[in-house]
Amino acid sequence: MAMMTVIEAVREAMREEMQRDASVFVLGEDVGRRGGVFLATQGFIDEFGEERVIDTPLAEAAIAGVAVGAAMSGMRPIAEVQFGDFVFPVFNQIVGEAARIRYGTKGKISVPMVLRIPYGGHIRGGLFHSQSPEAYFAHTPGLQVLCPATPYDAKGLLKAAIRSNDPVVFLEHKRTYRAVRGEVPDGDYVVPIGVADIKRYGDAATIITYGLTMHYSLQAAEVLAAEGIEIEVIDLRTVSPIDRDTVLESVRKTNRVLVVHEDNIALGVGAEVSALIAEHAFGNLDAPVMRVAGPDIPAMPFAPTLEAAYMPTADKIEAGLRRLLEY
Amino acid sequence: MTQNLENLPKGLNPEDLVDIYAKMVLIRTLDERIWAMNRQGKAAIVASSQGHEAAQLASVWALRHHSEDYFCFTYYRDLAVTVAQGLTPTETLLGFLAKEGEPMSGARQFPQHGAILDKKVINISNVVSTHIPHAVGWALAAKMRGDKTVVAAYMGDGATSQGEVHEAMNFASVLKLPVVFIVENNKYAISVPQHKQMNVKQISSRAAGYGMTGVTVDGTDVIASYEACAEAVERAARGKGPSLVELEVERYLPHTSDDDDSVYRAKAEIDEARKRDPLVKLKDLLASAGLMTDERDVELRESARREIDAATDAAEAAPFPSDRDVLEHVFEEVR
Ligand SMILES: Cc1ncc(C[n+]2csc(CCOP(=O)(O)OP(=O)(O)O)c2C)c(N)n1
Ligand SMILES: [Mg+2]
Repeated sequence: MAMMTVIEAVREAMREEMQRDASVFVLGEDVGRRGGVFLATQGFIDEFGEERVIDTPLAEAAIAGVAVGAAMSGMRPIAEVQFGDFVFPVFNQIVGEAARIRYGTKGKISVPMVLRIPYGGHIRGGLFHSQSPEAYFAHTPGLQVLCPATPYDAKGLLKAAIRSNDPVVFLEHKRTYRAVRGEVPDGDYVVPIGVADIKRYGDAATIITYGLTMHYSLQAAEVLAAEGIEIEVIDLRTVSPIDRDTVLESVRKTNRVLVVHEDNIALGVGAEVSALIAEHAFGNLDAPVMRVAGPDIPAMPFAPTLEAAYMPTADKIEAGLRRLLEY
Repeated sequence: MTQNLENLPKGLNPEDLVDIYAKMVLIRTLDERIWAMNRQGKAAIVASSQGHEAAQLASVWALRHHSEDYFCFTYYRDLAVTVAQGLTPTETLLGFLAKEGEPMSGARQFPQHGAILDKKVINISNVVSTHIPHAVGWALAAKMRGDKTVVAAYMGDGATSQGEVHEAMNFASVLKLPVVFIVENNKYAISVPQHKQMNVKQISSRAAGYGMTGVTVDGTDVIASYEACAEAVERAARGKGPSLVELEVERYLPHTSDDDDSVYRAKAEIDEARKRDPLVKLKDLLASAGLMTDERDVELRESARREIDAATDAAEAAPFPSDRDVLEHVFEEVR
């Protein structure tokens, strides 16, 4: 076991996979000598050379599209977009192309690529460096969308993503990069895609969440635990496809659900989770499914007061839990 | 007027020209049949290759003769490429009729879309130009693996306006990737003429902006097209990076079977364009060199008609695909 941060776990996952499999390579802006703007590929250029650590021109559609083409021909590219807010130029290539190539060739061609996206706010990133774009991708059949919150999950899921024969959108919350440390086992392991993790057991209510707000949810749960109220916290880890079984089982146990995410509320991942529960566990509910999420404004604003107004913090989650429990 | 064929470009023999002509006859016959089947209500949508055949076939012959291996990223108008690469008329018609057994996508996609990997053709998308970065990525992978594949990326004139074409060309040139960008310039993107599409006369002039070689030739002329493509293929094969080859062709029919070109294109213009019909031009060339007679030409056309008749019967007799597996192949594993 080693203690490491999320960014270190991401780096270790890529390094080990590149050592293991010559078809794995990274491409993106500044990934070479600079090691990526968040240092995810620090040291890679010396270890693997310019051929496998490709500093690309500043052109996201080409980064993604070239990765799609290389993946079609059997390589396993890991393409990096510097910030989630700059992912929209790749939309055409990922949502339009990568997601439907297996389907559109009736299984003859697969796209084993990973698109790594540092995302999320509460870092004073303002309108264009804070966004959570997961719902756009999660709506698209053919894409797997992963949002790990801990170093353990980041490393294991990224390895699973690189080994997957289908495209993966891999979202790494920027605030967790250095703020979140955790134990990571020595040696090789993977965390399976599509499997949620119960990060805290409880019986009074279930929080369903992922990413940075998973940590804030655990903090809120601790506050209630001091009052003898035990909250279950499910970390989805994969937001598409959602692990229905884990979600529904917990709902049947606690009968109360709070969905929490940083992305804005309308048509977010929480909407799908709520609908799933309404369809399959309506009879188990003692209260309506409630949501704590970002407000429906285009993105997280810059000033600290405005950012705080956006962000679903532990306080807001705690308040949401109390509303849910009082219902 | 007799013409000697002694000064053909390196790698191109008179027999190749005869073979290309025979293919061209077959493909024109097939293309006309598909159009007719659209008008009969049997083929839902067609984009005709008529007028583009010399350019397309010359490019394929150049790839064959000047690379150890190659791969084609085509677009919807590249019937002559797909057929030259081995898609049979029956398979082609199964696609146009959306029938069971269609090999590119199982009739999930429009005709000519999907992949025939064993025949080195991929045409995934209907979204114009999205395949150009894919072609570059395929070339990058080939270079990384150290194999000798040259990738041909086909597109129309309108397609060159897309940002992804710019991004992909720059990317390929910076990384010196083995790509030949082949622009089939028929001077129209649906109804939009070239002068409204761009403020340059020659699309190949843009190549300089990427630091690569660009050339424009008459795409109704097999020999000129072959020569331009061959040089570009050789450059790619020798590790000298990508090139842009602009082949000036004609589009004899409306954009697709859903289009009415009479509202934006004068009949006189099309009549004029017909004077450089690649099929007629190649036949005349072969005849003047003593390599084609009217009798042989009639034989070729007859045999093409018989082959296309048989393919039509086979495709019409085939069932539509079962919907049994409509939910499959979203992911590797069914979820
Ligand atoms: C991104 C995108 N925009 C618009 C269309 C509709 N469309 C299909 S073909 C076409 C014109 C393409 O013209 P060109 O590239 O010159 O090829 P040509 O058909 O002339 O061979 C248009 C506008 C599309 N399929 N994709
Ligand atoms: Mg055109």
